[in-house]
Amino acid sequence: MEVGQMQRRLLEYTKSLFMEGVLDNQFLQLQQLQDESNPDFVAEVVSLFFADSERLLNDLTRALDQPTIDFKMVDSHVHQLKGSSSSIGAERIKNACVAFRNFCEEQNIEGCMSCLQQVKQEYCLVKNKLETLFRMEQQIVAAGGSIPMMELSF
Amino acid sequence: MKAPEKEILGTKMNHRHRPKITALVVDDNMVVRAIHHRLLQDLGIENQVAVNGKEAVDVHSSGQYFDLILMDMDMPVMNGIEATRKLRAMGIRSTIAGISSRSLEREKQEFMEAGLDDYHEKPLTADKIVSILHKISNHSG
Repeated sequence: MEVGQMQRRLLEYTKSLFMEGVLDNQFLQLQQLQDESNPDFVAEVVSLFFADSERLLNDLTRALDQPTIDFKMVDSHVHQLKGSSSSIGAERIKNACVAFRNFCEEQNIEGCMSCLQQVKQEYCLVKNKLETLFRMEQQIVAAGGSIPMMELSF
Repeated sequence: MKAPEKEILGTKMNHRHRPKITALVVDDNMVVRAIHHRLLQDLGIENQVAVNGKEAVDVHSSGQYFDLILMDMDMPVMNGIEATRKLRAMGIRSTIAGISSRSLEREKQEFMEAGLDDYHEKPLTADKIVSILHKISNHSG
């Protein structure tokens, strides 16, 4: 596949992620912060996000597995996850966290368990999609091309 | 931020009679810290980070001063409201912008009353920072 084709594929793929609500405008903000002096900024921040999220999801699983659930602690973990997912533009994870926090406030165990599953699913989805995105970018760079900037024109 | 806007801002902020603007990012979330640090850096603002309100207060106790403080609300050890009150009590007159994901009017009010100059909801964007920066220029006149 030649570079032009790869670049078009990347733009189409990125656009689909916005259409599906997987990513929002905040992700574009991050891309705009990437330049020659910070060429891996997006990948670095996303890596931080993956590490942080995995830690939080483990903590949440453990916290909801206790005989007596500390809803304040569960809520505090979800709040963290909501903050970081919102900061990178992972809209669906953020929305799942909003629902999760409501159940925490109601001290609804079933609701919380269900939300945890939901958040884990959304996280896996975003992780896969972003890893695919970065792979496509790497292929373009390896072929000597540059990563095209997406315009929010749709 | 588009290139021409960046240039204008750069000229405004780095006027030869005006030293470079400094900022402190206070947030317990490492993803958010990394992003806010880079956002400020991209606008030509030298900045440091603190992981909670207590660190923000300590860095001031050691004698450092910042033109702008971006203060998160919910943090362990010392939250943004307490840290803002402490800093104002210490006589710190920096522009403090509360940055929070809380949306209740009552919560925003409590944060403002602690001594904020401005308040923005997360996530922070370049545009939001620019609007905060205009408040600094107005302050120093």
